[in-house]
Amino acid sequence: MTLDAAVLQLAVNGAAVGAIYALVALGLVMTYKATEVLNFAYGDVLMLSAFIGWYASASLGLPFWAAALVAVGAAAALSYVIDAGVMRRIAGQPHFSAVMLTIAVSFMLRGLAGMVFGPTSRRLETPWSGQTSRFSGVVVADISLAIIATASVVTAVLFVVLRTTRYGIGIQAASQNQLAAYLCGIRVKRLNSLVWAVSGAIAAASGVLLAPLALVDISLWGVVLKGFAALVLGGFGSMPGAVVGGVSIGLIEQFAGVYLPDGFKDVSAQLVLILVLLCFPRGLLGEAHGRRV
Amino acid sequence: MRFSYDTSYADAQRLLRHWPGRIAYAVLAAVLLAGPLVLPKFFIGEAAATFIACIMALGLMVLTGFTGQVSLGHAAFVAIGAYAEIGLLDAGLPFPLALSLAGAIAGAAGLLIGLPAIRVSGLYLAMVTLAFALVVEQAVGRWKSVTGGYDGAQVPDALLFGANIGGLVPFYYVCLAVLVLVLLALINLTRGYVGRAFVGIRDSEAAAHALGIWVSGYKVLAFGISAAITGLGGALLAHQVQYVTPDVFSLNLSMQLVLMVVVGGLGSLRGAVLGAVLIGLLPTAISRLKAALPSVAAAQFGLDTFIFGLVLAGFVLFEPSGLNGRWIKLRTFFEAFPLYRRRTFVRGKAYASSERHR
Amino acid sequence: MSLLQLDGVSLRFGGLTAVREVSVAVPQGEIFAIIGPNGAGKTSLFNIITRVFAPSAGRVLVAGQDITVVPRHHVVRHGIARTFQNIELFDAATVLQNLLLGRHRFPHGGFAAQFAWAPAVRRAEIASRAAVERIIDRLELSAYRNAPVGGLPYGVRKVVELGRALATEPRLLLLDEPASGLNPEETRDLAFWLEDIRAELGITVVMVEHDMSLVSAVADRVMCMSMGEVLAIGSPADVQADPAVIAAYLGT
Repeated sequence: MTLDAAVLQLAVNGAAVGAIYALVALGLVMTYKATEVLNFAYGDVLMLSAFIGWYASASLGLPFWAAALVAVGAAAALSYVIDAGVMRRIAGQPHFSAVMLTIAVSFMLRGLAGMVFGPTSRRLETPWSGQTSRFSGVVVADISLAIIATASVVTAVLFVVLRTTRYGIGIQAASQNQLAAYLCGIRVKRLNSLVWAVSGAIAAASGVLLAPLALVDISLWGVVLKGFAALVLGGFGSMPGAVVGGVSIGLIEQFAGVYLPDGFKDVSAQLVLILVLLCFPRGLLGEAHGRRV
Repeated sequence: MRFSYDTSYADAQRLLRHWPGRIAYAVLAAVLLAGPLVLPKFFIGEAAATFIACIMALGLMVLTGFTGQVSLGHAAFVAIGAYAEIGLLDAGLPFPLALSLAGAIAGAAGLLIGLPAIRVSGLYLAMVTLAFALVVEQAVGRWKSVTGGYDGAQVPDALLFGANIGGLVPFYYVCLAVLVLVLLALINLTRGYVGRAFVGIRDSEAAAHALGIWVSGYKVLAFGISAAITGLGGALLAHQVQYVTPDVFSLNLSMQLVLMVVVGGLGSLRGAVLGAVLIGLLPTAISRLKAALPSVAAAQFGLDTFIFGLVLAGFVLFEPSGLNGRWIKLRTFFEAFPLYRRRTFVRGKAYASSERHR
Repeated sequence: MSLLQLDGVSLRFGGLTAVREVSVAVPQGEIFAIIGPNGAGKTSLFNIITRVFAPSAGRVLVAGQDITVVPRHHVVRHGIARTFQNIELFDAATVLQNLLLGRHRFPHGGFAAQFAWAPAVRRAEIASRAAVERIIDRLELSAYRNAPVGGLPYGVRKVVELGRALATEPRLLLLDEPASGLNPEETRDLAFWLEDIRAELGITVVMVEHDMSLVSAVADRVMCMSMGEVLAIGSPADVQADPAVIAAYLGT
């Protein structure tokens, strides 16, 4: 294989992994935009839904797409319940409390997954497992194509919904000032729960798609840390930014794994996060302003 | 009801001004000093581990509780303190010097990290520190020549006045002594102008500037002090585990430290200690509890994690001011008896608006 | 010599001019009020003097010294203290601690001595406490001494903020809408204290204020601003009668 083809191959692999990160970041952006809370429990919802998908497929014998739907539905319901049952209780309190609460929920979900499914790793079979396609010398796993397709569709739908519908505008209003939005007739609490449900569904989609690449296992939650890096690189709170950030992190990881010394691959996403935040403390797009006095 | 009748401003400065407090702390001191003579071995070790947890939590409390800078990656400073201790002891330094230097090295690392880190605040800072801890964890595993890599490093024996402190009882007293020193130093710091400046920065940066507080300087200073104390805890932790591997300093440790300060109650040193005692002893309590549970439930993998989450959620939801807040309520109840009213501490209804523009 | 002197001060944010060519001199011992519609650049002027913003052009002299070159946290050392439009107090701390924070600029013993609560630190703390107690007496805050500021009524919080500014022992006191949100009785108290502060402490007061009853009662001179420009400077009665001022408030 020539150097160019090798680079292209790396780029394709990076884009596929990056598409997962992009999906993860998209789900994070949803809740961040609506409530300004960074959801630390997101990775655990993702992990739990991968387990649910595995259970539906391996134990109940459902076909893959049905199992995926079950996982997405279950995760959306779970996220709705988390917000309506737990997060809503501290609505209006400082965001720090809310972030702490998501950390608490993440511990509980992780513990729950451990208690129900145990420490062993599982394998989730998909229709595309092991199959590849060739495009002019570059080998692409079919699962990667599925991931990229899903990510694109989700992004497009979310973008249109948030930009054009009343719900989207309501979400933006509620994030800026809860009381004012409430007085304008926006049902802030219910809207937030809906956002959480959508975010949970995205988590499940990325979990089910990630499972064939990795293994279904408790440590799957760790992908949320890559999602944070994608979020930061994408400018914190912008949907197209999250996608670009996710794909970039995927690419950076792949190339770091080949061209940099051992160990850099695992922390490249974190290094990017640190560099971006410290070099552009006001955000890449400069959206944050100083407080007025 | 109790009233303080101060006859001079010096009266108001005293730490233990009332006899109930004096008696309580005297009893506590007696119990802690006599503990190793009567306790079974297992509990002596547990107590020492709890003292170390207290020290590390106090370090984080300076940063997160007082200046309001959230760090989700304090395990990094624990690691720096621990490996510095190993390196310094290997180099032949005596234990007291090695311990102080390990704290100083961790403190210097804190200043170094603090310099760029104060450019961001709030959630952004939390993410930067989290990423920093992950990078340090990885670096510790890869940097074989210094840290022994994933194989781990043996912690040399430490001698104090010619005696090995590796034994349970001497180690207990060393940890207790360090904890008391750290606690006294921090009590003094927080009741003086530096501590007030920290709180000022947390509550209003604009006003802090206007009153002549060098905001960025104090933020970095808080990073340094916090890292030094946490590193001191790390150095002691190395002696406690005796064989150090990178997974001692995982994300889990960072999260546990955050748990300690939040559960204890942000902005209070007493909270850090109470939180560290509760969270530090929780795993032992759970494993004891398991013996009493039916075998199906006892064998559950992940029960610890679940209960940690449950405890944290309970405090955030029902007692946001933490164990310290509960303590103050109890004290008020007894001091004001029978006039105490629940409503004294009810939270008002609140609506969040954007915190983006800070 | 005037205590505060602005020489052609301008402040621009991109294309927006918040303050345009403001020149004014405030002599020692004066109570000087700045009035004007919202967005006139009054608070921006304060923010320039306390170094929150650097002016795009012009100089700010305090007792003859150019203040625009000193760091933000050194402003208070030049004897300038301020309050904020939307109260910036340290909510979790008590009234006493808030006032003690005003003493930050005075020596408190060495840094290392803090950890040991050395005798020098103890003496400095007692001196601070004594100074703060004098302010508590003056502003009648003793009932709230140990109450956390966050839970106090609005009017009391305003007074605490004034007290905190006084604790820095300023020569020049900048008050940003000190009477907003106060009831008439509290406003009368404030007017009394302002006279008192000037007469007994010799502090020069510059205040942004909308309440004309307060301005007329205490201010020696008034400056009216609109759209970043100075419309008129003079006695309260003259400025209120100025056609340009009336036009700015009522529209043309």
